[in-house]
Amino acid sequence: MTRSVSLFVSCFNDMLFPNTARAANVVLRSLGVKVEFPRRQTCCGQIHVNTGYASMAVPLVRNFVNTFSGAEEIVAISGSCTAMVREHYLELANRTNDVNLISKTRELVPRVFEFSEYLTDVVGVSDVGATYPHRVSYHPTCHSLRSLHIYESAIKLLGAVRGLQLIDLSFAEQCCGFGGTFSVKNSPMSTAILADKVANIVNAKVETVVALDNSCLLHISGALKRNNTGVSVMHLAEVLAHGLDGVV
Amino acid sequence: MVWMVLSDMAGSRVGFPYTSLPRIEDSQLRANLRSATTAIREKRGRVVAEKDDWEELRLKGEQIRAEVLNNLDSYLVKLEASVENVGGVVHWAGDAGEANEIVLSLVRQHGESEVVKVKSLTTDEMGLNEYLSQGGVMAYETDLAELIVQLAHDKPSHILVPAIHMNRSEIRDLFQGTISKGTALSDDPTVLAEASRLYLRQKFLSAKIAISGVNFAVAETGTICVVESEGNGRMCLTLPKVLISVMGIEKIIPTLDDLAVFLELLPRSSTGERMNPYTSLWSGVHKGDGPEEFHLVIMDNRRSAVLADPVGRQTLQCIRCSACLNVCPVYERSGGHAYDSVYPGPIGAILSPQLFGTESSKSLPWASTLCGACYEVCPVRINIPQVLVHLREKVLTEGHRSSSERFQFAILSAVLSSGSRFDLALRTISRLRFLINRFLAFGSLPGVAGKWTVARELPEIPKESFRVWWRRSRGQ
Ligand code: SF4
Repeated sequence: MTRSVSLFVSCFNDMLFPNTARAANVVLRSLGVKVEFPRRQTCCGQIHVNTGYASMAVPLVRNFVNTFSGAEEIVAISGSCTAMVREHYLELANRTNDVNLISKTRELVPRVFEFSEYLTDVVGVSDVGATYPHRVSYHPTCHSLRSLHIYESAIKLLGAVRGLQLIDLSFAEQCCGFGGTFSVKNSPMSTAILADKVANIVNAKVETVVALDNSCLLHISGALKRNNTGVSVMHLAEVLAHGLDGVV
Repeated sequence: MVWMVLSDMAGSRVGFPYTSLPRIEDSQLRANLRSATTAIREKRGRVVAEKDDWEELRLKGEQIRAEVLNNLDSYLVKLEASVENVGGVVHWAGDAGEANEIVLSLVRQHGESEVVKVKSLTTDEMGLNEYLSQGGVMAYETDLAELIVQLAHDKPSHILVPAIHMNRSEIRDLFQGTISKGTALSDDPTVLAEASRLYLRQKFLSAKIAISGVNFAVAETGTICVVESEGNGRMCLTLPKVLISVMGIEKIIPTLDDLAVFLELLPRSSTGERMNPYTSLWSGVHKGDGPEEFHLVIMDNRRSAVLADPVGRQTLQCIRCSACLNVCPVYERSGGHAYDSVYPGPIGAILSPQLFGTESSKSLPWASTLCGACYEVCPVRINIPQVLVHLREKVLTEGHRSSSERFQFAILSAVLSSGSRFDLALRTISRLRFLINRFLAFGSLPGVAGKWTVARELPEIPKESFRVWWRRSRGQ
């Protein structure tokens, strides 16, 4: 039986990181998974909920649920968006008193997976056939680690990449300081936390930092670039697409 | 969206972003905090890892505390009856003012002008020491760190380690100028402890009245429990003739058996010890043994309003272990004073706005990255990120944030609630990308973008969004 997934790329990746979404598409297809991209998709609503405008996220929830409720499985390439769906969607749908929306949401939420978790736990693969001969550290982002409890999946997938040397990052589980609008509302604090993360990355002497959230990576790379460290950042999907056919 | 990036969302000029700023820049403070929190964090990690049933204990702790809160009215009545049954006197206080008045009049009834105190956050919340001193009564703090803070006319900056922001040589200088009356001291911890011991012993022996907080009040037996590390609390609880203990209405547990759960959870979470050094339990008064008079002041001070909020309610499960402070990336870099409240750190960020509702406390729900480290360690499983997000919405609904921000988020919501509107927005951005990238690369930027670029580069907008690529290539 061929698996079929609908890709949820998130507004942020759609606009700023199309290559991550393209890489996820390549990896999934190379595993024989049929990939769809429902065009009505937009944003999970996290920025509204986390800034304090949860009621404004309700129409976004409705759009997400209507877009994806026909899909068998939904794969998201962002840990924090996946966490948003799992932690908040039912409560937000409940606010509408729309029984149809509530029941559709209830059925949908368990079918939404984060990309790495989908590969290891649903498809059941750890070696996707990628090659990436570089020194790499994995930064477990807060939402992927503490909301979704995804850590092993990413480590397994990275561990199977040919040539990849996985280097431990000290205090890896500590937050990078991004926090969505926190990064500008409390900008000096955000960058003070970031400075320590960057120092740990530099000490690890790696070429690439890998994570499951491009939002955190954008924040981290912002400082890695500013400080001319020469360290790059990459979403896990892009590492896994390296050396596969059709790579961008 | 670009317009959003360029306009300022920060809103008002009071609160955490401003109070934390000088602390972030204070490198001595940062170093003191980092070494202290890292040490406690690692110690906690080690002793928690020893317990195979830690998660079950946390569930048990959560369940006991939540059940008490769900039936608090009947537990309070039960506690009152049990305490009176063993010879204690119960006083009810609606707010801090009433609680202060009750304590002061009890001290006056005995004609005293000095009291000794066991470290207590609840009395800090009330501002009891200041109130007593205005009423002509001097309250001596006997917990070493509280004493340091009191002598320095400073404020505590940590729930458990109130002087965490000071190092040894700062404390030596302070003692030399105060309790050791000019005698030269070294910064050896034993020398400093000895200086405080000489000073405090006199106070223990002369005081007729002691004031304490309450860690746990057992509804079934009327037993009060206070935990501490130094034994100074034990002195206060046993030597003076009159003991006055003050508690918030939420500090109840049903039975002595339940206490066993918390005596496992609390020391491992707070100091990283397997067992708490001094655990004092007493039930009322006993002739010839300890205080002759025992008063229990039970204070609401807006806790019943917190109780009425179904999401906020869990805040009252807190057992004040301070584990959440020690793992918080924000607390580690700001210290407690930046929170401008007796309750700092993640617990303070959810408790202070609910209890005090001051303008500065309303900024605290945003003083977090929502990283979830606090929830992960909390021994009673308070979902702090959930409460933070809930309070953000609550504060905004009550209309305390700039309406220009609300307007921007409303527009964003309108764009993002429809696939075709989002399509159009992305296409417009792509069309203008050359201009936008140029502009963003321009150096000093206004508003939000400027706050980002102080220490970080901005990304470039790529040629083609994913959806445009997908349409063009059909995903191949
Ligand atoms: S919120 Fe939890 S972790 Fe923080 S002090 Fe209270 S009990 Fe401890």
